[in-house]
Amino acid sequence: MEWVNLQTLWFALIAVLFIGYFVLEGFDFGVGILSRFLASDDTDRRVMINTIGPVWDGNEVWIITAGGAMFAAFPLWYATVFSSFYLPLFLILLALIVRGVSFEFRGKRSDDRWRWWWDQAIFWGSLLPALLWGVALANFVQGIPIADNGLYVGTLWDLLSPYALLGGVASLSMFTLHGAMYLALKTEEGGVIAERAHALALWLGLVVAAGVIAFLGWTYLNALAVGDTGVVPGIIPVSAMLAAVAAPILVRERLHGWAFAATTAMIALVVLTLFLNLYPRLLVSSIDPAFDITVSNARASDLTLTIMTWAAIVFLPIVLAYQSWTYWVFRHRISRASVEAPSDTPMQVLERRLARHRARGQERDT
Amino acid sequence: MDALELARIQFGTTTVYHFFFVPLSIGLAPLVAIFHTQYVRTGEERYRRLAKFWGKIFLVVFAMGVVTGIVQEFQFGMNWSAYSWFVGDIFGAPLALEGLLAFFLESTFLGLWIFGWDRLHPKLHVATIWLVVLGTHVSAYFILAANSWMQHPVGYTIDRITGQARLDDFVAVLTNPYLVGQFSHTILASWATGAFLVLGISGYYLFRQREVEVFRSSARTAVALAVLASIGVAFVGHEQAQHLTDAQPMKIAAAEALWETEAGAPLSLFAIGDVQDRRNIVDIGLPRGLAILATNTLDGEVQGINDLQAAYAEEYGEASYIPVVGVTYWSFRIMVGAGLAMIALSLFGLVTSLRGHIADHDRRFNRWWLWLLPWAIALPFLANTAGWILTEMGRQPWVVYGLLRTEDGVSGAVGTGYVATSLLGFTAIYGVLMVVTIGLIVRQVRTGPPEPVEGEELDDDHRTFAPLGAY
Ligand code: HDD
Ligand code: HEM
Ligand code: HEM
Repeated sequence: MEWVNLQTLWFALIAVLFIGYFVLEGFDFGVGILSRFLASDDTDRRVMINTIGPVWDGNEVWIITAGGAMFAAFPLWYATVFSSFYLPLFLILLALIVRGVSFEFRGKRSDDRWRWWWDQAIFWGSLLPALLWGVALANFVQGIPIADNGLYVGTLWDLLSPYALLGGVASLSMFTLHGAMYLALKTEEGGVIAERAHALALWLGLVVAAGVIAFLGWTYLNALAVGDTGVVPGIIPVSAMLAAVAAPILVRERLHGWAFAATTAMIALVVLTLFLNLYPRLLVSSIDPAFDITVSNARASDLTLTIMTWAAIVFLPIVLAYQSWTYWVFRHRISRASVEAPSDTPMQVLERRLARHRARGQERDT
Repeated sequence: MDALELARIQFGTTTVYHFFFVPLSIGLAPLVAIFHTQYVRTGEERYRRLAKFWGKIFLVVFAMGVVTGIVQEFQFGMNWSAYSWFVGDIFGAPLALEGLLAFFLESTFLGLWIFGWDRLHPKLHVATIWLVVLGTHVSAYFILAANSWMQHPVGYTIDRITGQARLDDFVAVLTNPYLVGQFSHTILASWATGAFLVLGISGYYLFRQREVEVFRSSARTAVALAVLASIGVAFVGHEQAQHLTDAQPMKIAAAEALWETEAGAPLSLFAIGDVQDRRNIVDIGLPRGLAILATNTLDGEVQGINDLQAAYAEEYGEASYIPVVGVTYWSFRIMVGAGLAMIALSLFGLVTSLRGHIADHDRRFNRWWLWLLPWAIALPFLANTAGWILTEMGRQPWVVYGLLRTEDGVSGAVGTGYVATSLLGFTAIYGVLMVVTIGLIVRQVRTGPPEPVEGEELDDDHRTFAPLGAY
């Protein structure tokens, strides 16, 4: 594959995987966080969890594949990132563990204490990663103290600079807003949850817009300071800000579908801005640019990258096709009624069948 | 304890833990798929109840497999960054392909299966669980390709400038002779694990004569799978042992506590060793057993630990190349012992099943057998754990055989405190989750299969039932 620059291609593909992850799992996290604030009772919480029920696990695989792709395409990057961000990643792992099982376990018993515990797991398990992923990504761009050969020489506090923390707050608020828009689309129209999500988005949208503008502005200043702006400023960060500003306006007009499109675009464009600013580096060393990890000093061999490229060309479209189909199959809105039915009592099965039977009879008659 | 030791303990415990759930996922998925398919084909109520009952247990297990798997993937970079850097060019590709080809498939179609009962056409719906089955097997293949490469590196060169391993021939990595044995052994072991869980729980019901109609069906299906898998796993294990004699002679020698090279060596049944003096004090063996096992001949020569140690010291420099002999020796015996017990139990089941009285708890032997089955659930777990300990600890001091020592693979920048924190954190949360998971499964077993729906003819369109496990 001499006709493409493989290392750039893989940089781009990994950016795509991260964007896919943040866009998709972003609303999962948002729903998990909002399950604490928008639900009035257990049924509401179940409605909310069921809106992401069929898809959250598939969404999470985007980060697993991104991690695998980092490992394969840029081994030094993978090795350095994962060992440098040790404690944040450990917290993210704990969060993803309890969150992942809580969806499955929560409904397995009907006592309140039990559910209360799993609700905590869903809330914290969504909030922590939503915050920490932003911190991590901001650090990629701003730089962390890494010495020769990717050896991290800082402490935990070096990862918690004001800029990185702003990145975390930005990602947390973006995902929460994204989740609110998702709920407005996926729960009963005019229902309590959709209305509360709408009301929340009205003001949260303003916070997010301010946060995104501040974060991208700071990113720009940082880039200027080292005399390397990459592709920033440019159409992409500006569009990200425009999408962030558009979201609350669209919410006000009750154009929830468009508002969801705006939060989607906003997240994608913010992540894209960071990656563009990063290129051709993968992880910036705050000690010395000579220690930067870049696409050329971290890359795998041509053979590995070529094999992976063919695999991605063939399988990524297939994955996209079946994941999209899943969203199509579960496109309906979820209401209290649709989760309230304690599943599977014989009478209900019978009644449902009878109803269908009758409906069909009517069709035949008319 | 230093970071290296802690990292090793952490890797060992989290991986063994992941592998409690992995073989159950791999083994239960096909059984659930079979019951579901039977239901769609025949419309018989008992198959619907079986698919739901085992499906619920499967989902709990699967969820645990997923969340513990993520830890595995991140851990390579967190604790073993030097190793990750060294192997990345070869090792990363299977891992990335696993995500792309297998994990997306599993998780997406499992979502469709869980929530699709009322939404998909029954035939399409049953196809989703079969795709999950496919996904679990594909995922096992890729991760084992990575592990087999560590056991027996092929298709690579060492980069002269950086010292990293470079991929040379990907097909060689995917068709590694070591992988052929490891994959078939692990998959058959997983099927056996799933079969013995189903058999154990069915036995529990049949012994108490509850829901006989339903659990007779599942017991018969599980017996068939258990016979196939437990005999198969022993055969393949035997092949793998022969392959090891060439690929990693030290592992086999340690697994047999064979200190001196011997022609026509006996198969050791029980030994007490003196590791200091590198000899056995007590050794009771089956004459010529090891020679047969390892070389298929009566007087084949099997190399002993002492000779191998000398040869390695010459090749790689002065150091100890002897794994912990006691652990390798006994883990091999635990695995094979459990395997033989499983073969015996499943063959008995085959006989009563063929004679048609598998559920008959008035026959004396059958009653004992049914009583034993729930206890036998532990056997494959013992064998799995022992098998991996043998495989991984028997490879020491290498993490990549002949190329990279474990001590050189650990992260340079990660302090002892960090590893200790994560080790404690994972252990605590894994401990709690194990209690919860077992509790949920026991509860599910006590509750039993869902109530039957009677008195209705099911046509094609109506062969659905309310959403299973809608959260
Ligand atoms: C022989 C099979 C096998 C082995 C040796 C391993 N796994 Fe595993 N893994 C599976 C078989 C499997 C599976 C059957 O595909 C799982 C278990 C249950 C499940 O949900 O998928 C899984 C889940 C799973 C997941 C979550 C996938 C998802 O979200 O759907 C990850 C990231 C990993 N594994 C990664 C690993 C790593 C890095 C391993 C190396 C130490 C490892 N697994 C050993
Ligand atoms: C799921 C089944 C597996 C189990 C139960 C298992 C078990 C273990 C155990 C017990 C150790 C510790 C050995 C020791 O320190 O003496 C270990 C080490 C290791 N294993 Fe595995 N393993 C499994 C699969 C894998 C796979 C699939 C890979 C790679 C793809 C792998 C990579 C490693 C590495 C890198 C180490 C080095 C750490 C060390 O030596 O302690 N393992 N494993
Ligand atoms: C009964 C005769 C058996 C024999 C002769 C046998 C042989 C072996 C050998 C030689 C290994 C080491 C392979 C290596 O280092 O790569 C191994 C590993 C293993 N065994 Fe067995 N085994 C038997 C039964 C079982 C059973 C019943 C199970 C589980 C149900 C099991 C599960 C495993 C697992 C999970 C591994 C680690 C994966 C691997 O390396 O293949 N084995 N076995």
